[in-house]
Amino acid sequence: MNGCTYNRTMTPLDFVVSLALISVAAGVLGSLIGLGGGVVIVPVLTLLYRVDIRLAIGASIVSVIATSSGAAAAYVRERMTNLRAGMFLEIATTTGAVSGAYLTTILPTRFLFVFFGIVLGYSSFATFRRRHADAPLTVSKDRIANYFNLHGSYYDQAEQREIPYKVVGTTPGLGLMYVAGLVSALLGIGSGALKVPAMDSAMHLPMKVSSATSNFMIGVTAAASAGVYFIRGQIDPIIAAPVAAGVLVGATFGARVLGRVTSKTVRLVFVVVLVVISLEMLQKGIFP
Amino acid sequence: MTEMHKATSVAQDSGSDEPDPALASLGGSGRRRQLSPEEAMRMAEKVRKVELAISLVLRIGVVMSVLVIATGLALMFAHHSAYVPLRGSFSYKELTSKATPFPHSFASLGHAISQGKGQGIVVLGVLILILTPVLRVAVSVLAFVYEKDPPMAIVTLYVLAVLVGSFFLAGV
Repeated sequence: MNGCTYNRTMTPLDFVVSLALISVAAGVLGSLIGLGGGVVIVPVLTLLYRVDIRLAIGASIVSVIATSSGAAAAYVRERMTNLRAGMFLEIATTTGAVSGAYLTTILPTRFLFVFFGIVLGYSSFATFRRRHADAPLTVSKDRIANYFNLHGSYYDQAEQREIPYKVVGTTPGLGLMYVAGLVSALLGIGSGALKVPAMDSAMHLPMKVSSATSNFMIGVTAAASAGVYFIRGQIDPIIAAPVAAGVLVGATFGARVLGRVTSKTVRLVFVVVLVVISLEMLQKGIFP
Repeated sequence: MTEMHKATSVAQDSGSDEPDPALASLGGSGRRRQLSPEEAMRMAEKVRKVELAISLVLRIGVVMSVLVIATGLALMFAHHSAYVPLRGSFSYKELTSKATPFPHSFASLGHAISQGKGQGIVVLGVLILILTPVLRVAVSVLAFVYEKDPPMAIVTLYVLAVLVGSFFLAGV
């Protein structure tokens, strides 16, 4: 509390410039591992700048859409995104996001934070365990995946070859995506945190494709709840402006990195960030 | 240009004995047979065009929103001399508290923009950003119609309906 008196006043210009720089970093990280950058933005705004949590969540939604659109523009062009699988799974995420917006008042938030803290803790472990078994599938008996032809192929710059892959587990995938949409609407964070493990572990998409496809999808999930945030007055222009601009710049840079690094690196960075999010959620549930 | 060339040259190579991995998975929903090399090449071109169109939509949305947001931010600082100094007594907290007024409905947004307020312009840029994924989904519906893939077009149309519905449910 006393700390404030030692510091000189931070003017709006200081605020905008410093927040824009932090947002660039959030954009690079978010675009690389398929998360929205809310992991960085929400704690920075609440803990460092002491901004109200409601405004911080509004800024987080803006950062998710910025990461998604900024990075997806490049990933789609480079054929890293699985467009068909992404759009198919958006059925579940958007439905989840809309139902989540109406469950906010019914469900106890603290319990949800603890529950998803544990879920994400487990999925970080599951994602880590798959670090050696990364070979893509060559056959699929999944009827939904075969009917909609959700299988794909991408060019891996790090391995310098075309990697075809088959998709399985669309039913558990859809279920997890519904939950992912629900969580992002209820808690304001974690939109990509469940999508990447759903595609990587349940549906066996290659790690880089999971990240790029999650990136592609999170913008749509976030847009489904953005209208509510706008009307509730959670999108403050002086916060949203540096976040949007910084994240867009960062995501454009980050999108150049994903092709070059190995799947294993992407996986390990993702696991570390997932552990952080899971701890963040547990903390919010246990010591709010 | 070069990428388009890559995609089509990949398609032409597939005439040889080894089927190209990039083409093995091409095709729409419900297809039961292998595509002939010519069909596969035409499909590859269509898929490529769709990818480039979606990428372009995202890029235009992103560039437009950044330009509008930057203009709005510049206006905010131009109109309020107290915001500008690096050392001053005016704290950013006055702009980020619960009581800070800013537009959060279309009526107040229109009012702020017509008065040339920076805040209004920034919010307009953020709305362009929010609408970019929605526009991307709308373009995807057309793309699947173009690829002659009705099941995927219906899937995407459902997503678009939920998105548009969510804005109405929010009372925008």
